[in-house]
Amino acid sequence: MGKQRLPTIMLLRRRPLLVFLGALGSFALGVVVLNAAFPPGTALHVPIYVVTLVGKFLCYALLAVAVDLVWGFGGILSLGHGAFFALGGYAMGMHLMREIGARGVYGNPLLPDFMVFLNWKELPWYWYGFDNFAFTMLMVLVAPGLLAFLFGWFAFRSRVSGVYLSIITQAMTYALMLAFFLNNLGFGGNNGMTDFKDVLGFSLQADGTRNGLFLLSALALGGGVALSRWLVRSKYGRILLAVRDAESRTRFLGYPVQRYKLFVFVVSALLAGVAGALYVPQVGIINPSEFSPINSIETVIWVAVGGRGTLFGAVLGAIVVNLTKTYFTTAAPQAWLFVLGTLFVVTTIFLPRGLIGGWHQLRPWLVRLRALGGSGVPVVRSVTGESHD
Amino acid sequence: MPSRQSAHLPRRRLLLRGLLLGTCLLSLAAAWAPQARAAETPREEITRVLIHGEFADKIAVIDAMVAQGGAPDLAMLKALLGGELHARKGQDQLVYLEKAGKGYTLRDAFTGEPAGQVTSKRRVDKIRINNQIRSRLRDGIAELGLFSQDPEARLAAARALVTSGRAGIEAKFERALADETDTAVRAALQMGLATLAIKNPDSAVRLTAIKRLGGSDAPEVRAVLVGLLAPAEGATLDAETREAAKAALGRIDGRRQLFTIISNVFFGLSLGSVLFIAAVGLAITFGVMGVINMAHGEMIMLGAYTTFVVQQLLPNLLGWSLFIALPAAFLVSGLVGIIIERTVIRVLYGRPLETLLATFGLSLMIQQGVRLIFTPLNRAVSNPAWMSGALEINPVLSFTYNRLYIIVFSGLVMAGLLLLLRYTSFGLQVRAVTQNRSMASAMGIRTDWVDALTFGLGSGIAGIAGVALSQLTNVGPNLGQDYIVDSFMVVVFGGVGNLWGTLLGATMLGVMNKFLEPFSGAVLAKILVLVFIILFIQRRPRGLIALRGRAAEA
Repeated sequence: MGKQRLPTIMLLRRRPLLVFLGALGSFALGVVVLNAAFPPGTALHVPIYVVTLVGKFLCYALLAVAVDLVWGFGGILSLGHGAFFALGGYAMGMHLMREIGARGVYGNPLLPDFMVFLNWKELPWYWYGFDNFAFTMLMVLVAPGLLAFLFGWFAFRSRVSGVYLSIITQAMTYALMLAFFLNNLGFGGNNGMTDFKDVLGFSLQADGTRNGLFLLSALALGGGVALSRWLVRSKYGRILLAVRDAESRTRFLGYPVQRYKLFVFVVSALLAGVAGALYVPQVGIINPSEFSPINSIETVIWVAVGGRGTLFGAVLGAIVVNLTKTYFTTAAPQAWLFVLGTLFVVTTIFLPRGLIGGWHQLRPWLVRLRALGGSGVPVVRSVTGESHD
Repeated sequence: MPSRQSAHLPRRRLLLRGLLLGTCLLSLAAAWAPQARAAETPREEITRVLIHGEFADKIAVIDAMVAQGGAPDLAMLKALLGGELHARKGQDQLVYLEKAGKGYTLRDAFTGEPAGQVTSKRRVDKIRINNQIRSRLRDGIAELGLFSQDPEARLAAARALVTSGRAGIEAKFERALADETDTAVRAALQMGLATLAIKNPDSAVRLTAIKRLGGSDAPEVRAVLVGLLAPAEGATLDAETREAAKAALGRIDGRRQLFTIISNVFFGLSLGSVLFIAAVGLAITFGVMGVINMAHGEMIMLGAYTTFVVQQLLPNLLGWSLFIALPAAFLVSGLVGIIIERTVIRVLYGRPLETLLATFGLSLMIQQGVRLIFTPLNRAVSNPAWMSGALEINPVLSFTYNRLYIIVFSGLVMAGLLLLLRYTSFGLQVRAVTQNRSMASAMGIRTDWVDALTFGLGSGIAGIAGVALSQLTNVGPNLGQDYIVDSFMVVVFGGVGNLWGTLLGATMLGVMNKFLEPFSGAVLAKILVLVFIILFIQRRPRGLIALRGRAAEA
């Protein structure tokens, strides 16, 4: 039956990941080419600030994919994923701070400006090694991964689930926010870290570096989506879905449920950490407000708008919502929170499976219409994340 | 009654020196019957000596005035100390000056009657005094204060005199003590006597005095004991006294520690009450409907803004504004809550995580709405007079009224809710739905109505919490956000579906916070409490007091 259709539609149905990666790749390359090949002022030129803005969106999209992985496929509604994102960002920020070296305002070769300002005499032990890029990359993964592992290990072992889990993840990020606001913790207090100069010797102000970071973000997003898709389509992913839909039943069947949940939670935290690490050099600042619970909840709504349980939906949602946000915060800043609030309400009530889910929901309908007129085939039960045993 | 006798003293003029001898009895008389004594004042003598006498004679006459201790005398002594007492040139009359236009109006220092006018200060002479007289005047004024009509003044005088170190103070204290009825002043006088007695050469007197000092909470007493034990004096201190002083200091410090604990508990309780009152509405809705209402904080905020509006509309009824605001806030927040339940939450029944997101969206909209109507700035909600001030138990321990009231108020809210849930048919239905929704429904309870009303009740209670919080914190659009995480923590920590759990959880978290604060600072204390809750939830996923049986699985 597919022979009559257009090849792209066929491809989209059969190999959606390939289509997605192809679209993302050509979009990213296109943006860079349009920025670099056409001089400013010409109609086709993409200004560098747009490149960076889109790069930021791509980082958000990767964060959304991370949230979708735990929420859409693991049934774990984390209201604290911003914490993993921020931890990755802070690890990157620490490296960028060290790379400033003696070019800071106070010219101290070892200590970042804020430490000199606070009269610190020596570098705290946990700042050692961050001058090394490879070590920093390791930390971008280790810091959020370790937190997720510890948190998840305790939480899933004692079977904290549902809204309880959501609330303690929120408490986790809230506590971290309060902690990072402290000046004497050694992470820059409420000012955070900023004034970055360059990364690996490339100036962060240069167009080339920015284009490079943008491409890296696209690459990370593509890789993250591919990894997540492979994960959820594997045998592991099947069991994860079973855990999501009927946790106790899966447990009774003999699967170590908490290990499945813990694994997806840690992988998701790693993706969020990478997103944060790419985000920081592009926006040029990291501060404790990244930990604030509202950021994490906003991420969840990107996923909800796009469609939870569909990785491409998460990407779509993150980009659509952030485009809307960018538009409103400049055009009508007072209205933005109303729009965001309405998005929350309308999406959850009328589009429970998001934009992509809405499109997918048409398929069972078509199947039912084509079959017996809709008596025998049950529609897939709505995804609640709660176990019904 | 010695004072009555002194009123019958022979009414003949005494010589000044004689008056000095009579100081003791006369001062008692002054405390009791200053009016009766007024006739005996040797005004002419005072006037003469103050204007013409030597400094030594002036001191004598001042002593005499202190001994008589009438109100006009006190005023005159104060004026003398302040350099406001003058004499008319060439006349033996003491006057006060009052500026009137270019010149001055004179008033007689004894009678207060007008005594003519002068065009310039040069027409009068200031009464001259020296430092010795000044110091004597200060003590004298304090001594007169010891016999003042006003207990507060007596208390202040007693405290001031202890440190003056003048000879003969003991006798004055003894006399004052004999007639003193006010317990606080009595205690201060006794402590003063004991403080004076620690230098007594008689070791028995000294030890008794030190022992007695150990019973005082006044910071001055502690300072005296610390001073006694200080190394410089310690060299001459005999072992017995030193031990006694150490023991007394130990007792004082022990009590102070106890008071610190009590006041920490009090602060913790008041914080716990705030947490309770903010969280109890959430506990009700969560307990009954299994729904996390992220807009709960905004219900609190609406209540606080209702208080603001009530105060703006009825500026003359400030003292009553809170009592008007309570039902108003309950209605406003309750109505908004019912609207939310009918339009959003009911649609999402059975999907708690989606409900959480939808109500979060609502909270953003309400916040922004308030920001547009009332501006993003904090609004000033005034405190009625009866809210300010503090209940002073002793010099170390005092409870502020607003914190006391919030403890009482949250107790009332708790009691009201318990009664409502236990003794009304609505309460019965709420409990039934909480325990087993489908069974309750099968028994004919209209669960959707119960849901709506419960949500209204929870939101209304949040509104009431807003009224209470408007007295403690800033009222701004972010008020709700500041409390929402804490409220969740309380509900989750305390356990769902049980008001006692919420109360216990809130109190424990409040007290824990306040006990951690001195060691770790406010922010770190909060972080530690959050970490504690996160760990606690791992141990007991259903909170402190968990529902058991089937209800827990629902």
